[in-house]
Amino acid sequence: MQFLLAEGARLGLSLIGVISLVAVNALFLIWMERKVSAHIQLRPGPMEVGFHGALQTIADALKLIGKELITPEDVDKLIYLLAPIVMFLPVLVSFLVIPFSPTLLIRDLNVGVLLIFAFSTLTVLAILMAGWASNNKYALLGAIRSVAQNVAYEIPLLLTAMSIIIMAGSFQPSVIVAQQGLVWNIFVQPLAFILFIICGTAETNRAPFDIPEAESELVAGFHTEYSGMRFAIFFLAEYTNMFIVSAVATIFFLGGWQGPFLPPVVWFLLKVYALIFLMMWFRWTFPRLRFDQLITFAWKILIPLSLVNLIVTAFVLKLVR
Amino acid sequence: MSELFSLAGLSFLLVVGMTLGGAFIAVGARNIFHNVLGLALSLFGVAGIFLYLNSPFLAMMEILIYVGAICIAICFAIMLSEPLYRPRPPRKPIKLLGAAVGAGLVFVVFAALVKKTAWVPAAMRSDDWSVTTIGHYLLTRYALIFEAISLILLVAMLGAIVNAKNGRGREES
Repeated sequence: MQFLLAEGARLGLSLIGVISLVAVNALFLIWMERKVSAHIQLRPGPMEVGFHGALQTIADALKLIGKELITPEDVDKLIYLLAPIVMFLPVLVSFLVIPFSPTLLIRDLNVGVLLIFAFSTLTVLAILMAGWASNNKYALLGAIRSVAQNVAYEIPLLLTAMSIIIMAGSFQPSVIVAQQGLVWNIFVQPLAFILFIICGTAETNRAPFDIPEAESELVAGFHTEYSGMRFAIFFLAEYTNMFIVSAVATIFFLGGWQGPFLPPVVWFLLKVYALIFLMMWFRWTFPRLRFDQLITFAWKILIPLSLVNLIVTAFVLKLVR
Repeated sequence: MSELFSLAGLSFLLVVGMTLGGAFIAVGARNIFHNVLGLALSLFGVAGIFLYLNSPFLAMMEILIYVGAICIAICFAIMLSEPLYRPRPPRKPIKLLGAAVGAGLVFVVFAALVKKTAWVPAAMRSDDWSVTTIGHYLLTRYALIFEAISLILLVAMLGAIVNAKNGRGREES
């Protein structure tokens, strides 16, 4: 009984912590994106609410909460309502295994990394549900594009992840971090890092891989028919996905929480936000790819490269050990 | 009976309920997209059963491969096939009967097999069921099965390439 109570309290506290982190992270990232895009385009960005517009997203969030939830007439009601939930759940699950520091993590599962990859595939299903249930051709087109893209980019993503996993010999995030005590994996596997970041950007549907929601062609893509908080949940999930991809990349390539002087949590967050900044930089620098270029790039360049990388890694490991 | 009302029992009921409920949707729903979502739910339940039986690795693989890849591939196939808004023809009773008999036969055979086999609990056979052990077994004792599955996948891939070889056909102009 005592065990149940202790575990219950632990899980409850973790859930509160994760949800606060998700909310604060999204609020911060939206502000950061607006600021980064603004400065790249030589304009100041939001300046009115709070210091340099720091409170702008809070005002926007309040506005979104107050908005009417419109449900179009011909939608497939149940699936339409379920889609944002299915989108958001895997995001929460992934935080179960992300190690922010040696002590600050919820569960140190030995299949941790696999859990993140497994649940992130649900996102595609959610996008498909949203696009199909909306009964809108732009939404459906966005969803179909998203599926094709995610299927294509998931393969090199998993293959590059595999090459890191066989180096560490474990799916456990803390072991993968500990294995990089001397040299970070980014210096051992630079190609894998580049491939991983490209695929991660594609998996989060961000420019230059944002054809599932290409504004200029598809209105807003799969979430065209969503309004108010339902739309906000998709947005929240997207920004949290950015955090998760960057966190996984930090664990895999940047030595996780390790670093001198500062406490581990600070190092971890610094690295994560540096990677997120990199992804934002991509978005405001590169133009969107055409759909066939995008798919060709994945199948004809990324997959062979990641396969070669995996094979070479395996060979070298066999020779060294 | 009281076992079912413990935390473990309730989670067992939940995953079995998900599996069966999902399976019923997968078979019964009239909308093909609902069928796929039912299948996804059912496979998720199966992953839950693996988790309940203390093999998290298999559970994750189930989600990654079956929910993540197979269901999405099915969705993809559906979107490329006939339009979804068209009304479906009513079900033919003879087809329903045939499907029920076929599925029933499979069920009876499997149930008989399950009943006949003398199951030894995994814990009694070995106490090392780590991913490493599974990997070793796959490449030693069960190498034949592993190779057979690889061969089937290879044939499927070759078939897909042969089908797609001629491309979409360029428009003549």
